[in-house]
This record gives sequence, C-alpha cells and structure tokens, in this order.
Amino acid sequence: MIDYPLLSLLIWLPVAGGAALLAMDALGNPGCRLMALLVSVVTFLLSLSLYTNFDFTTAIMQYQESVPWIDAISANYHLGVDGISMPLIILTTFTTVLVVLAGWEVIREKTAQYMAAFLIMEGLMNGVFAALDAVLFYVFWEAMLIPMFLIIGVWGGPRRVYATIKFFLYTFLGSVFMLVALIYMYLQADSFSILDFHLLPLGMTEQILIFIAFLLAFAVKVPMWPVHTWLPDAHVEAPTGGSVILAAIMLKIGGYGFLRFSLPITPDASHALDWLIILMSLVAVVYIGFVALVQEDMKKLIAYSSIAHMGFVTLGIFLVFTLLDNTGSVNGAALGMEGGMVQMISHGFISGALFLCVGVLYDRMHSRQISDYGGVVNTMPVFAAFMVLFAMANSGLPGTSGFVGEFMVILASFKANFWFALLAATTLILGAAYSLWMVKRVIFGDVANDKVAQLQDVNAREFVILASLAAVVLLFGVYPAPLTEIMHASVDSLLAHVSVSKLPPPETGVALLESIRPAGP
Amino acid sequence: MSITLSEYLLLSPEIFVLSMACLILVVEAFVGDRYRHASYVLSQLTLLAAALISGSLIDTGAAVLLGGMYVHDPMAALLKTSVFLVTVGAFAYARSYITAQGGLRGEYYVLGLFAVLGMQVMISSHSLLTLYLGLELLSLSLYAMVAFDRDSATASEAAMKYFVLGALASGMLLYGMSMLYGATGSLDIAAIAEAIAASSERSLVLVFGLCFIVVGLAFKFGAVPFHMWVPDVYHGAPTAVTLFIGSAPKIAAFAMAMRLLAESMGGLMVDWQGMLVILAVLSLAIGNVVAIAQTNMKRMLAYSTISHVGFLLLGILSGTEAGYSAAMFYAITYAVMAIGGFGVIILLSRAGEEADQLDDFKGLNDRSPWFALMMLILMFSMAGVPPTVGFYAKLAVLQAVIDVDLLWLALVAVFFSIIGAFYYIRVIKLMYFDAPVSSEPLEINTDLQIAISTNSLLVLALGLFPGALLTLCNSVLA
Repeated sequence: MIDYPLLSLLIWLPVAGGAALLAMDALGNPGCRLMALLVSVVTFLLSLSLYTNFDFTTAIMQYQESVPWIDAISANYHLGVDGISMPLIILTTFTTVLVVLAGWEVIREKTAQYMAAFLIMEGLMNGVFAALDAVLFYVFWEAMLIPMFLIIGVWGGPRRVYATIKFFLYTFLGSVFMLVALIYMYLQADSFSILDFHLLPLGMTEQILIFIAFLLAFAVKVPMWPVHTWLPDAHVEAPTGGSVILAAIMLKIGGYGFLRFSLPITPDASHALDWLIILMSLVAVVYIGFVALVQEDMKKLIAYSSIAHMGFVTLGIFLVFTLLDNTGSVNGAALGMEGGMVQMISHGFISGALFLCVGVLYDRMHSRQISDYGGVVNTMPVFAAFMVLFAMANSGLPGTSGFVGEFMVILASFKANFWFALLAATTLILGAAYSLWMVKRVIFGDVANDKVAQLQDVNAREFVILASLAAVVLLFGVYPAPLTEIMHASVDSLLAHVSVSKLPPPETGVALLESIRPAGP
Repeated sequence: MSITLSEYLLLSPEIFVLSMACLILVVEAFVGDRYRHASYVLSQLTLLAAALISGSLIDTGAAVLLGGMYVHDPMAALLKTSVFLVTVGAFAYARSYITAQGGLRGEYYVLGLFAVLGMQVMISSHSLLTLYLGLELLSLSLYAMVAFDRDSATASEAAMKYFVLGALASGMLLYGMSMLYGATGSLDIAAIAEAIAASSERSLVLVFGLCFIVVGLAFKFGAVPFHMWVPDVYHGAPTAVTLFIGSAPKIAAFAMAMRLLAESMGGLMVDWQGMLVILAVLSLAIGNVVAIAQTNMKRMLAYSTISHVGFLLLGILSGTEAGYSAAMFYAITYAVMAIGGFGVIILLSRAGEEADQLDDFKGLNDRSPWFALMMLILMFSMAGVPPTVGFYAKLAVLQAVIDVDLLWLALVAVFFSIIGAFYYIRVIKLMYFDAPVSSEPLEINTDLQIAISTNSLLVLALGLFPGALLTLCNSVLA
C-alpha cells in the first residue's frame, strides 16, 4: 500500500499547479504550456499508482484519508476510492493530459488562464470521484462548474455566452435540490458521510423524494432526455478541450452519482421508479439517435450521440432491479451495471477522441459544418484513418471498446425484457448510421473544395494525441478484463446492498403480538 | 447604581469608541491639510483596538449592567468584534474613494465611528429604550453620511428618502415598543420575556405591538414589502457610504432582531414566525427577480441585499439555536462579501466619476486579471457557490430550516437562489467574456489593492475552512 496521501495529491497538485499558473501570468505562452503539461503528466503518472496498488478483491474504500474538517456540521475531509470511482479518476487524469496537448498551439489568447482552468478542473473532478463526505462532494461538484463556465465563455464560439449561462444555470438548478436532500439526510443520520447515508434507514416517501432530488441533479449532468438541451449548445460553443472534458468526464459524474448516491441510498425508490429511468434512457437511445442523424454540425452530432450513449449507461445501471427480479441472481444483474460502467469509460475515450478529431479539422478550416467538408481522406490520410476508427468505435464495432459496453448492456436487457433489448439494440443501427454517414460525407468522396484540397495532415502532436486514444480504444476493445476486474468486487457489493430493502419489515400480526407480549416465560 | 471596575471592563469597547470618536472630531478640526490622513489612521486604530478588546471579551460570561439597560454576553462580543472588523474594511475602501472625490473629508470617519457606537449600543441593549437609542444614533449618522455629497442631487434625494422612511420605521418600532410596555409593564427585555411566559393567554395588545415591531425591523433590514428605500439609497449615496450602509448595519439589525424577537418575545414565536415567513419569501422573490432587471451595479447589489436578508430571516424564523447561529453566520459573512462587492466598484471609479454601471465591468479580465478573479470569487460567494463562504452561510440556514420541518421554505429558498445566480454570473460574464469599453489601465492605489485582495481571499479561505467561524457562532449562542 501507499503511505502518502495519494488522493489528496491527485486533487490538490493540479489545483495548486493551476493557481501557480494564474499567479505567473507573465510567464509567457511557451512556459505556461510546458508547466501545465508537466503538472498534468505528473498527475497522470501518480494516478496510475492508484491502479497498480489497488486491491481488486475488496469493495472497501481504499486509499482512505479522513481528517475532521467542519466540526460544527461534523463534516470530514474524507476521501477514498473503490472499483467504481478509481477508473474514472484515471480517465480524468489521462484526458487532461490530452486536453493540455490539444490546446498547445491552438489557444493563443490568455493561455495561462486556459491551462490553469483545465488543471483546476482536473483537481476538482478528481475530488468529486474521491469524496466520501457529502459536503466535500457537493463542494467539488459545484466548484467544478466555475472553471467550465469560464472555459466555454472565454474561449468558446460565437454563441458562447448563451451556451455557458445555460450550462451553468441548468446544472445549478439540478444540484441545489440535491443539496436539500443531503441536508435532510444529514439531519437524519447526524453525519455527512456518504457511507453512513448508505446505511441510513429511510421510509418510502422519504426515499422517493430524495431519489427525485438526486435524479434532478444527476439527470441534468448525464444528461438524460428531456433535460439534455444544454449539452448540444455547450458542446458546440466550447473550445475543443472543453468539449472533450465535458463529454469524457463531466457526463460521467452524473452516472457516477447514480451509482454512489441514488442506488445505495434509496434502493427501494430506485426499484419503484426504475421504469422511469429505463424509459428516459430508451427515449434517449432511440429518439436522440434519430436527432443525431439529421445534424449538420459535427460537434452537435457527436453531442447528440453522447446523449444516446449515456442513455445506455443509465439503462445498464437501472436494469439491475428487473434483472434481480427475473433471474434472482446477482451475477445476471452485474452484467448490466458493469456494462454501463464500461460504457462510461469507453465513451470517455471515444467521444473525447471524436471531439479532438473535429478540433483538428476545425483548427484548419474554422468550420464544423459537415457540408463544408468532403474527401478529407485525399489530403489527410493519417487523420482519416483515425477518424474512421473512432467513428467505428462510436457505432460499436467489435474489437473496439465501444462494442464491449453496448454488448453487455444489450445482453443484460435481453435477460430483463425482450422489448427493452429490441429498443436498445436500435442503437447498433442508428449509431452506425449517424457515425458512418458523417464519416462518409466528411472523409470520403471527392475533394469538396479548394480549402479541403489545401489541408495538411496531422502533425506529430496531434498524432500522439489521437494514437494514444486509438491504442486505448483498441486495447479495451480486445481485452476489457483489466477494466471489468477492477469493478467486480465493488459492483457485487453494490448489488448485494441494493437488493436488500431499507424499508422496515411490515408488521405482521405475530410480530405485533410478540412485541406486546410481556417478557418472561 | 455604582459601577465596579470589572463592569467598566465590559463596557470598555463603547467607552473607548465614544472617547476616540470625540477625540478624532477635535483632531479633524485642528490638523491642517498636511495631516489629512490623521483621522483615517486614528479611526482605523480605534476600530482595531476596539476589535481586540471586544474579541478578548467573547469568553467572558454574560452580565447585565447599568441597572438592566445594558447586557454583555458572548453573542454581543462576537457581533461587536465583527462590526469593528467589517468597518475597518469599509474605511479602507472608503479612503481612496474619499481622496479621489475630494469633497468628502474626515467627517466620514467620525460619523462612521458614531454609527459604530450606535450599533454597539443596539447589540448590547437589554432594554427597549437602549435599543431605540442605539438605533437612532446609527440611523442619524447614516442619514448624514448619505447626504455627505451635498452638491449631488441624487445623494440629497436619497438622504431625504432615507430620512423620511427611516423616521417612519422608527416611529412604528417605537409605537410597537410602547404597546409592549403597556402589555407587560416593563421595558426590560428579560422582564418582558418573563411577563409573556407568565401570561396564559396572548393579549391582543401584545400581538399588535409585535406587528409594529416586526414592521419596524423589516424596514431596518430592508425586507420586502418594506424595502423601497434600499435601492434608492444604495444607488444615490456615494459608494463609500453605500458600502458602509450595506455591511455592518446588517449585523446590528440581526442583533436587534435577536434581542426583540428571540429574547424578549420568544414566547410569541408562533406569531412572529408566520410574519417572518412572509417577509422572507417575498424578499427572496422580489430581491432576486428585480435584481435581474438592473443595469446599475449598486442597484443590483441593493436588490441582492434584499434577497440575502430573506435568507437571513429564514435562519431567524426557524427559532432554534441552530437557526440563530446560522443567521448570525450569514449576517457576518454577508457583511464581508458586501464590502468587497462595493469595494470593486470603488476600484473601478476614477476621480470624479463613479463606475457603478454594469457595463463598467466589461472586460475587467483583460484590464486586470487579478481583480477580475477577486470579483469572481465575491460574486460566486454571493450566489452561494462553493468553495466560497456564501455556500456555507446558505447551507447552515437551509439546515436550520429543514430541521424545523419547513422543507417547503428550503425549496423556495434554493429555487430563488438559482434565479439569483443568474445576475451574479452576468457580472462574471461581463468581466470575462466581453471586450472592455475603455482600454485604459486601472489606476489602483496600493491599500485598495491590499484591501480587495484580502477581502476576497478571506471569502475564499472562509469557504475552504468555515469550521472555526461556524463553531464560534454556535458557541456564543449556547
């Protein structure tokens, strides 16, 4: 085991790096880029030791740190990770390195602030995944909005102000109700520890209200249909790096929230209302899939495809109850949940990669309209290869990581209900249709215009970014075991937890008699 | 009625501030232009020393002095200390404003000190008369401060409005107090509480008196529907004065509410709770919604104050120790945020020109990234976004409200804070996303830079480690 506070380091090192960058505004562009890269790479390497020293056999929180923080409300600075949060932290640190690289030459104005915003956000997102205290979690969760708000607003596209205010208010709207729920539970449990919340007995009405409060917060973040409308705006207007972080990590925080809060804290309400989530997920998969098909803006298309793919995540997570009821075995239910989680990680890589691809094109042509492109393969063959690979992965081609999660979720939905599976499987058609049709129009065909004819292929920096993502996508596509074996223990323990009702057992006549019968023989 | 030495010690903050205020008044009249800053320096030293004295008295037990007119308790000591420290900040901002505007002179500090004295008397009052005396001393000083810039039509208008409405409010309060006296036969806060507790049924006079007192309080707080003076006075007064009115007197108003509602009329909680619910919900609604329509920063902050008062009242109306402590935390931290917010307006103004339009904030990030960041922290704190202290203030209040099963009020409060978030982030939008209107570099003198940086970083630091202040607020009420 590691005897230094690794999680604190992963949170505060990037934050301190970002603050230092802000303070050294006068450093000049090359200096601050190098420093940002250095900080992000060091953080990434540190986060790898989370994996290497991880104990796969247990669902107990690992690398725990706990220091009293706010005595008055008994909130602690309590960190820890399990198999659910650990991969997400590595995903965050990995993606941040790529984002820093992706902004290397592209961001010319206020470079120091740009890099600082991403580093600070990296720390805060790590904090969200590592926090085991509800106040700490909420602080990171909300604080994370501030850098993102600025990233979209300062370095974004023409409608950036509208998009970023919409983004901020939407997410703020969702989270304040969660805050009320957290305070309510604190007053019941007399503790802000998330692990204590897990064990807190709650009646059905309370559970339903708390579940809805959480749903508002997490559904906006995921985002689920019908509260998804901020996402296409935010994605289209955000700079490439912002889109990547948004798609690869921020959306996952919603899925993570369901796993860490909704399911274990309100298992009975989740059970009672799982139809709602499944319905919303299936609408996202089918309807948003169709919406993606008709987009003319590449970023918007990928944004809608993200919503559809995240629908798979929530579907997989909330299939567990139907699976438990149908099969009665925890193993069957684990399939859906693990599928959802694999899908989260894999979507992080793939959507990030696609946004980076669009960024590569946008830097050259300053357009995201599909109609402005055509025949890019003729001038950018290496880039075309990458983009085709990622589009394939996005449509769930076997051999890529996109296939693994989707396949697991579809398989699980077959076990649950034939109609769920039928609807979920339409993604294989729709996903392929919108991804490949975009590739066909952008990459293939004849050179569409003079601008395309003058395109330069990817440079070494872009090649490294895309190649590393391609490697990961293929690796987890062929051999997903490292990913799933991290999750096993935690998923099993979560399932065992949610399969037990928190409701007090109904008082039977005999029990009533027992309770009023005087003690003694 | 003889006063022992130990009693003098407890009274020392008031005695000290009063003597120093008189001394500075004399000094101000006699020193020439060469020592123009003498009164500023003396005032700041006075406040710091007074803060030290009353800070050291926080742990001293409660005592009623001067024949039941004056009370010393830990709450009073903490609130006074905060008033002193907030005023130190307010004076620090005011100084560069006063230097730049020329017209205002050292009288600002003297009047300010008398206002502080009034607040001290209010905070430590144990009789309705003392309370009223303190309130009038505070109000009269503030009326004069608002009218300071006598050549300005808006300032004179604001002073007139403030005076007329303030007098009306004082009248209401006094009327209510007289009824309270009639019903209970005493002006002493503890005696009133006993009389109310002893009487088996509520007399109509008592409830009637309570209504007038609540109205008077609502006027002083600026709670809807008695808020009309707030935007005009905030807007019309010189920024240095607005900053003072908007900060420390809120702490004193909280103390007044505590003395009147919680301590003397705790037995009538059922009655005043309902009234405060109406005031709080209306303040949250009107304050947050109308702030959106403002183009003037000072007016916007005025409406923002109204909404914050709504939150503060939520803490008080929960009627528990946790609620009072939350409201106290809210009042203190709000005062710290408010002086910062107005301080940034002073920072942007140049000689003879107030930069109080929202458009003046455009592109601040291009002109000065550091101060844009400071303002960003303040705005997010007012919006209640962590990791700033404004979040914990809201958290504590919400916790208190939910604890007394007023879940719906908590939901209303968070709903309006979403609406409120919009106008705060609009300021951030102007600073960060818009191009600057004027590209002139900011001329900021050093003490203003230090004041604003300290202020914002304090808001951030209290946001990261709110534990000490929260514990302190809890402990002085326990």
